[in-house]
Amino acid sequence: MSKKVVIIDYQLGNLFSVYQACLNEGIEAKTSSEKKTVEEADALILPGVGAFGDAMLSLKKYDLIEPIRDFAASGRPLFGICLGLQLLFSESEEFGSFKGLDLVKGTVKKFPTSSKNRGKVLVPQIAWNQIQEKKSWKTSPLQNLKNGEFMYFVHSYYVCPDTTAEILSQTSYADVTYCSSISKNNIFATQFHPEKSAKEGLKIYKNWIEKI
Amino acid sequence: MSNIRIIPRLDIKGPNLVKGIHLEGLRVLGKPEHFAKFYYENGADELIFQDVVASLYERNSLQDIISRTAREIFIPLTVGGGIRTLEDIRSVLRAGADKVSINTAAIKNPGFILEASRKFGSSTIVIAMECIRQEDGKYLVYTDNGREYTGIEATVWAKQAEEMGAGELLLTSVDKEGTGSGFDAVLTKTIADLVNIPVIAHGGAGSSDDVFNIIRDSGVDAVSIASVLHYQFIKGNKGGGDFSQEGNVSFLNSGKDFGKIKSCSLQQIKEQLLKNGIPTRN
Repeated sequence: MSKKVVIIDYQLGNLFSVYQACLNEGIEAKTSSEKKTVEEADALILPGVGAFGDAMLSLKKYDLIEPIRDFAASGRPLFGICLGLQLLFSESEEFGSFKGLDLVKGTVKKFPTSSKNRGKVLVPQIAWNQIQEKKSWKTSPLQNLKNGEFMYFVHSYYVCPDTTAEILSQTSYADVTYCSSISKNNIFATQFHPEKSAKEGLKIYKNWIEKI
Repeated sequence: MSNIRIIPRLDIKGPNLVKGIHLEGLRVLGKPEHFAKFYYENGADELIFQDVVASLYERNSLQDIISRTAREIFIPLTVGGGIRTLEDIRSVLRAGADKVSINTAAIKNPGFILEASRKFGSSTIVIAMECIRQEDGKYLVYTDNGREYTGIEATVWAKQAEEMGAGELLLTSVDKEGTGSGFDAVLTKTIADLVNIPVIAHGGAGSSDDVFNIIRDSGVDAVSIASVLHYQFIKGNKGGGDFSQEGNVSFLNSGKDFGKIKSCSLQQIKEQLLKNGIPTRN
């Protein structure tokens, strides 16, 4: 029987391409904002575009915070994308301070808007950028990617895990070398958009789906 | 500097990919789906689809093309032309676009940028600026494919759009568009220096040298190109299929060459950039 992959729809961001990327790898995912559907999923995708605070408020509104935390604790695969990576962290400094899902210890910080060497820095970063292997990719969804592969990024904030143990890849922008993907037990998450990163990005979906 | 994005632009009229000069005099070049897929497979960093008659007829016929294209293309897609309401944005995003580009509706009501960026996130909202140089050297923005005078200075509008929450500016020189005589470096540098959001230079590329020159001279981190790439594709693919449905196809049927345009591939453009120390995905 095919696995139930659920894409959490909490009204932030465009889920079309995430859905299409799953479909491209043979999985017809379900998009849902229902607690019960989330609880019953075999694997969960937490996407997201926009503001951290709004996203947490929206997850709260749909009563999804505890179900996602419980899901993560159950050991089933959880995949966070972009804002969905940031939400896994303890807190964000975006417009004051917001508590996150606290599944990974650490904070979310904003890029500086100027750089010592290069002057003006554009924020958000809207660009293809390279991911560099930090801990081994061998058993992760990045396993058959080239070290230094280009992925598509759109973000103003980046994550800072308290320990380096979770960091899968790092990326440099605006004089900052930051964590661009993590893995922690059953949790995998990327700051970049694999579903917008052409064929190399689709490989990540394929690898993740194969392990469900 | 970010890695430079090279963004093929597909102007759409009805079911066809078209190309004009100064945004007018449209020639049919083929089926947009074929071009889009080809560019995706050959290293395009994003794609822009522009319905070039939507504003005029108050319609947007792009949705079918987008929903078919988005199923097999996994890079960011920006869709523009005739987007007037939050509901228009929502339906284009639902069809598979990642960003929308807005001109006329934003100029008529700048508050629309604010509403749209709050609702969908700044990075979803691209403001398209169609600029024409005036006799006194100032640049003014126009609407409806460079037809309608607004009297608004490009510099003033760029700043206002940024403040209202635009995520990027798609900057078109109508004077240069379709001519193949190179980008307007003065306009592009002026706007790129002024704002802290990405500026996409568009209008005038006639060769890969032009692309390299505008990046070097203006500091933009994205460039949108049409003719140079389209003509290269046509040479290799004879238009990519059935295109006789609608519009002016005499150019395609004539077998004429492309005037000033020195066509080349995405790969050739990127190789030239890399060779000259300009970073880009390859």
